[in-house]
Parts: sequence; structure tokens; C-alpha cells
Amino acid sequence: MNSSSVAAPLPAAARKPAGLKAALTKYRVPLSILALCILPWLLPSKALAVNVLIYGVVCVGYNLLFGYTGLLSFGHAAFFGAGAYITGIAIGQFGVPWYLAVLMGIAGGAVLAFIIGGMSTRTRGIYFSMVTLALAQLVYYVALQTPSWTGGENGLRGFTVNKINLFGFDINFLDPVNKYYVLMVFAALALWLVSRILNSPFGAAIEAIRENERRARTCGYDVERTKLLAFTLSGTICALGGTMSALHLAFVPLESMHYLTSGMIVMMTLLGGASSFFGPFIGALVFLLMEDVFSLWTSHWQIIVGSIFVLFVLFLPKGIWGTFLSRVVR
Amino acid sequence: MSAPLLAVENVGMKFGGFVALQGVTTEFRPGRVTSIIGPNGAGKSTFFNVLSGVLSPSTGTVRFKGQDLKGTRQHEFVHRGIARSYQITNIFPDLSVHENVRVAAQAGRSRYNIWTNRNRFDELDARADKALESVGLFAKRNETAKFLAHGQQRALEIAIALISGPELLLLDEPTAGMGPEETKDMVALLERLAAERTILLVEHKMKMILGLSDRILVLHHGQLIADGTPHDIQTDPEVRRVYLGQNHGYA
Repeated sequence: MNSSSVAAPLPAAARKPAGLKAALTKYRVPLSILALCILPWLLPSKALAVNVLIYGVVCVGYNLLFGYTGLLSFGHAAFFGAGAYITGIAIGQFGVPWYLAVLMGIAGGAVLAFIIGGMSTRTRGIYFSMVTLALAQLVYYVALQTPSWTGGENGLRGFTVNKINLFGFDINFLDPVNKYYVLMVFAALALWLVSRILNSPFGAAIEAIRENERRARTCGYDVERTKLLAFTLSGTICALGGTMSALHLAFVPLESMHYLTSGMIVMMTLLGGASSFFGPFIGALVFLLMEDVFSLWTSHWQIIVGSIFVLFVLFLPKGIWGTFLSRVVR
Repeated sequence: MSAPLLAVENVGMKFGGFVALQGVTTEFRPGRVTSIIGPNGAGKSTFFNVLSGVLSPSTGTVRFKGQDLKGTRQHEFVHRGIARSYQITNIFPDLSVHENVRVAAQAGRSRYNIWTNRNRFDELDARADKALESVGLFAKRNETAKFLAHGQQRALEIAIALISGPELLLLDEPTAGMGPEETKDMVALLERLAAERTILLVEHKMKMILGLSDRILVLHHGQLIADGTPHDIQTDPEVRRVYLGQNHGYA
């Protein structure tokens, strides 16, 4: 109270914290893209790299809601699955060009996220989580019960994309390296968009809601509307991950809509660190890498991954990347 | 006399069978400090919650600058010109002191924009710094809010409420949990603030209220039992019976 001093307007440079951490934040998008560029050459297989790309996008999108708005959704598999199914159905049953099918998958996921978000963001805490879980399971059963559209429990097949035409070039999409770099363009766009949102006034608003919902409302933020917008944006990015998955696998397993997938998204995000931009991507990378390595040793790889996850939640709650940022850098 | 800033007419509030407020009618004119006192459970907080839109009254109307506030959602109150602080410190704990105030200022300007950078709004930064200076927290601007001392957090909350430039400021026990030294600072701050705006206070510290207020309202069992200058209130027999006489030891 008595620590008053003169409030001369500070120069812009003095206001911003300096150091490696600040640089990592400022250049997070180009640095992330750089990391993605070299990723396939560091991993045991290109297929694994594509999976990391897909789940990395999904988790970064999910974290917009979980880490930054503070809402724990257990239903994001619905948007992932919706993106995948809509893309697959558009290509396989309607012969839509792949890029239009991608757009349709994203748009369909956005609409679904808007609907589920509209119903779930009215509730709070555990009720929010349960409502998202229930509504997502509803979507799962719709996919299961409409086999003429979705292939039911066998999953959706028959929409292989062989080649992609970009700027007059035919790209062989069956080649794993080509596939990775084409999908990486989508991932880069998603990362840029999420970073864009976090830097924006809207990003400040969702953080305020996460920090203190009542205070944010008293400050004049329409909490319900802001949450719904965050939910929709987050679901839309998960839907993009779904369309990437459909293009990659040329197959949509029914499990992609299952709540276990939602749980896996939460686990990956927590493992990497929900408090940071790139953490969820790292989480997806480590999770899938562990799955890849441990499943060679034992079919019970989930016990190992689960134990590691529990250890992280108990002892390093900031996750891998969050811990790195707070302990190593600075 | 100037027109009332806030007019409360026959306001009542029921929670199930419990009557928290009943038939409260009063007016608040611009540029004064009015304190609301009463024993615990008298309805002070309920009254504040009605005036700030947290609760919608069961009966009666509240008019701000002549406009009925019925149907106005809570987040719109601050845009109309009514800001408040809470009895239990209510800030953004993990944000910096500066960001606490800046994000509050931003609510009046940009809420859904995702296409510009939040730090492009130099005007908001400057306003936030000015508000921090006015409550004596400028030197702490880069600290994380939760690490501030209790009194500083209370002051920060007032800066958050002030940043919207409210015409009416509702402060729910601004000195709650403060020691004598911090209380003295807060009173000085309130006196400075009162020069420019209308303030409504809920307080328990009688000595402080008597010195600070132009007018005091006394609530008891949800009803307004007295309304007058500090001197009137001190000498009102009914007030002495229900409140001051109850072993509170001052007045």
C-alpha cells in the first residue's frame, strides 16, 4: 500500500521480460515448425511422426480449453472423430476433392463443438466434464448405429487419397515423407492459429476466466459466451486433427470417437504440460513414443505408460515441457 | 439537489422461505460516501449482490441513472458504470499485478477479438499503470498477484474495480482482515477516491465508518431501520439497541 512510486509510462522494451524463456515464447510458432520439420528424421518411423503431428495438433487445440480456459472436457474425441468421419464420408461416398473434404470435416467439427459447447459450458466443474463425456458418447453411439454411413464398428474405409495436387504438382501421398510434410502444413497452420488466439485480447479473457471466473464476470466479461467461443475454437482444431488422421490412415476406426480417446488426449496434454503452448505437443510425442517402444517389449505397455503418467501428475504437475520451462530455462 | 444516481424501490429478496431483504427503499446521490452497517445476517451482502447484479431481486426495482436494471446480466453492470469489490479478496492470483488491472481494463474495449495482439493496446497499459499508481501498487506491477501482502491484494482489487471508471463503486468490507496500519492506508485511499465518485461501503469497523461516511444506512433483519448522518446514527435509539449496544464496544 505504501510502496507508491512515480508512474512514468515505461518504454515498451522495459515492460517485457527478457531472457531465453521470453524468446521461446515470442518465437514459439517458428520454433515449433522448425521442430516439426526435423521430427520425422529423429523418430523410429515416419508413420509415428505423422501420428505425433496429428495428436500434437489435437492436444494443442484441446489445451486452449483445458490449460488456458480451465475447462476439463472429457469429450474432445467427438470432434476428432467428427472431423475424421466427415472427411472420409465426403471423399468416399460423395467423391469430394480432398481439400474440400478437409474443410467440411473442420466445419462439421466446429458445428458439433458449438452445439456440445452450448450445452456443456452452462455447467461447471465436474458437471461440465460429465456433460461433455455424456454428449461425446452420444455422438459415439450415433456413429456406431449408422453403419451405412460410418461403417459401424468396423470403422470407415474406402476413401484412400493416393495423390494430392498442389500448385500444379502431383504429390504422391502414399509416400510417408510426402504425407508427413503435407500434413505438417496443416499442423503449422493450427499451431499458428492457437498461438494467435493466445496472444490476442480474447486469449487474455480466457486466462482471466481460468484464474477467477467470478472476477472476470465482475470485470465485464460475458463468461458463458467466452467459454462457448473457446470451446468451439478448441473443438475445431481437434476436428482438423481428425481430418489429418483420416487422410493419413485412409481409415476411421470407431474408437477414434470413444471416450478412451478423449482420456488419451487429456493424458497427453497433462504429460507434456497444460500450462504451456508447446507442452501438449511434447506430451503427444512422448506418449506415442512410449507406446511405440514399450509395446515392442510387452503387450501390457499401458501399465508402464500409466505409471509414468501417475508419477508426472504427482511429482511434476507442470508436465515435461512446463517443468523444463520453469526449471531449466530462466 | 441532484438527481439520484441509484434509486432502490421496495426491494425484497427471498431465498426459499428465508427473507433476506424486505421493502428496502432508498436513493443514492452522486459524489458521496454511504456506508451500510448492520449485525451479521442483516442482509448487507445480499443488498450489495442485488445492486451489483449478482442476484436479481425477488421484488421491487433498482434504477441506475433512471434506467431499470431488471434483466441486466451481471457482466453488463460494469459497462453501465457500477463496479464492485468483494468481501473475500477476489483477484486473478496467477497473473501479474499489472495484468490483473490490464485485463480488467480490456473488458471495456475488446473481449472477443482474436486477430490483434493483446499488448498492442498501449492505452490500456498506461491506464493500468495509472490505476496501480493511484492505489500505491505501481512498484509491484510485475509481481505475481498471489504473492502480494493481504492489504496490497485488497488495494489491487480496488484498482481492478476502478479501472472501468465507474460512477458507482461498491466496496464490500475493503478493510476485512487488515491490521491498523493497513486500515489507515485504505482509509486514506478511500478518501482520495471519494473525491471523484460515489462510493457505497459495507463495513464493520465503526470508528472508520463514522469518520469516512457522509451518510449511513442501517440494516436489520433485511429491513432498513435507520438512514442518516453519522451523528444521527450514533444517537438513534433503535440503532443503539440492535447494533451498537450489542457489545461492539465503540460509538
